Amino acid sequence: MSTAPVLELRGIDKSFGPVQVLHDVAFSVYPGEVTALVGDNGAGKSTLVKCIGGIHPFDSGEYYFEGRQVHVSGPRDAAALGVEIVYQDLALCDNLDIVQNMFLGRERKRGLVLDEDTMEEMAAKTLVGLSVRTVKSLRQHVSSLSGGQRQTVAIAKAVLWNSKVVILDEPTAALGVAQTAQVLELVRRLADKGLAVVLISHNMNDVFAVSDRIAALYLGRMAAQVKTSDVTHSQIVELITAGRSGELGLQNGKEATA
Amino acid sequence: MTTTTAPEEKAVATSAGLNQQVRDYVERVRGGELGALPAVIGLIVLCTVFAILSPVFLSPVNFANLFTQGAGVTVIAMGLVFVLLLGEIDLSAGFASGVCAAFLGVLLTNEGWPWYAAVLAAMLVGVVIGLIIGWLVAKLGIPSFVVTLAAFLAFQGVVLILLDEGTNISIRDSVILAIANENMYPWLGWALVVVGVLAYAGLQLLNNRRRAARGLVADPLSLIAVRVGALAVASGFAVYVLNLERSRNPGVISLTGVPVVVPIILVLLLVWTFVLRRTRFGRHIYAVGGNAEAARRAGINVDRIKISAFVICSFMASVGGIIAASRANSVDPNTGGSNVLLFAVGAAVIGGTSLFGGKGRALDAVLGGAVVAVVINGMGLMGYSSSVKYVVTGAVLLLAAGVDALSRKRASASGRR
Repeated sequence: MSTAPVLELRGIDKSFGPVQVLHDVAFSVYPGEVTALVGDNGAGKSTLVKCIGGIHPFDSGEYYFEGRQVHVSGPRDAAALGVEIVYQDLALCDNLDIVQNMFLGRERKRGLVLDEDTMEEMAAKTLVGLSVRTVKSLRQHVSSLSGGQRQTVAIAKAVLWNSKVVILDEPTAALGVAQTAQVLELVRRLADKGLAVVLISHNMNDVFAVSDRIAALYLGRMAAQVKTSDVTHSQIVELITAGRSGELGLQNGKEATA
Repeated sequence: MTTTTAPEEKAVATSAGLNQQVRDYVERVRGGELGALPAVIGLIVLCTVFAILSPVFLSPVNFANLFTQGAGVTVIAMGLVFVLLLGEIDLSAGFASGVCAAFLGVLLTNEGWPWYAAVLAAMLVGVVIGLIIGWLVAKLGIPSFVVTLAAFLAFQGVVLILLDEGTNISIRDSVILAIANENMYPWLGWALVVVGVLAYAGLQLLNNRRRAARGLVADPLSLIAVRVGALAVASGFAVYVLNLERSRNPGVISLTGVPVVVPIILVLLLVWTFVLRRTRFGRHIYAVGGNAEAARRAGINVDRIKISAFVICSFMASVGGIIAASRANSVDPNTGGSNVLLFAVGAAVIGGTSLFGGKGRALDAVLGGAVVAVVINGMGLMGYSSSVKYVVTGAVLLLAAGVDALSRKRASASGRR
């Protein structure tokens, strides 16, 4: 169905001192799809994401963006490519309003002065584009928003910059049922708009509800990258906990082609 | 998402808008965002009490005294707002102002420098002090409490060294003395009111037009009218009273007009308000104070912001020191000492600046400075001993910090509903 991956990693190795966290990891992200990245605690999900985001340099391996090999040596490089990460702890300032948060560090200026009007317009347009209608005023402080609304603002902030890949680190972990549904809907809309979305989650219901592909990490190795429609709940759970499930997964320490 | 871009909502934005604004304000106050409310209420209550207890309090002479008494503390508090916005503290601001004042005195009186050179040198000393403190806090990572406590002690010594173990240097330069002791021509005071009110009204209307033209939510005209009206009445009344004759013997010497420190404070207030509200630097100060990690991830240079906040604070302390020297006509080891720092921190916090960072305005320092000035002045008039003054000052500071902590609790309780 989909064309070439927008972002592709090949043979990524990453060690922290004597501990090798990622072994020869391959990972592809496709435009217009939600790729779920699953794995048990310590499987290397966060490390992989930080490598993609340029926060950790990887030891060896290749990073392809839109077919070209690129070198990402810092968060700025990743942002310049159009890769945005929404972290679990959101990175919003409670004492600033929605517009101020969305433009934080990238404020528009008119001469010496901040161009509040343009920023407000752009923020409004982005939120309308994401069909977000739950926010009363763009000028309310983030401290007065619910968890789901905060997550929405954080995601909208990532989308504002014409990003091509948006990585969400457990966006529903702290949310209630209704808010989770809201955020998952937003995640789906992002992909439908043509963005490549990576969703890190521990919640199998969320993963199966929204993702097109699932990538399962097991002890720092990519156990399998499969289409969501081809697998069942229990197969994914086996991949996460044992690294293999029947024909799928790691066979004698090597990845089987799924 | 806001639906106010719809044309039918804009059409009713004038008259219904004011009610909505008032309702929003009440809701904000209930939610713990008190803003200037405690300072304004405190000012009204204190003024009423002192006016009843001591008839002199409301006399034009005393009204003018309030401004010169509160000026130094207000200016230092304005600088402290920047440090408090980051959730840091500068305990050395009082004695930093003393050090700068001592430099001023030595250069002016002992070395015979012209006033502008001495003032620039004193301000430069303030900037250097801020750079050192800011560097120690941001780069070395020593808690600001410890760094500035050390500086607090050290600067007392520096003042003594500069003043040759405690001699008193008198200031004779007429320009420096004019800052806290002279008044403006009465007509100049009125001109200031007219220009200020017109400029404020013009800016507000311009902003309103621009936002309305782009289909954004604009403040209703009625609200603008209320704001401009309030400014006109308050400033008009102040200038009227200050322009009354307040000399005991008008035949010999006339004493009228707005004290020269008032326009100085107004200019500083405008500059720092502009910086905090309209520039990228100001936005980043709030961001670092609200969530330093988020600011760092957004690509903001947190260390640079921290250092500049301490530089601004010490610079403002130097200005406060110059005003204090002018008011006392001299510099002595107590300039900027005793409870200047406590008054300044108290002024910022009473005005509505949070000790927890992320919340505060330059205006807070002026409002809180007014409260502090009224407390000092009123108790002086009542003839209380210094023991009572210390206790009351401590209580006021604690009360302000308590209001801050409670409103913060309330805000987090209502914010995460």
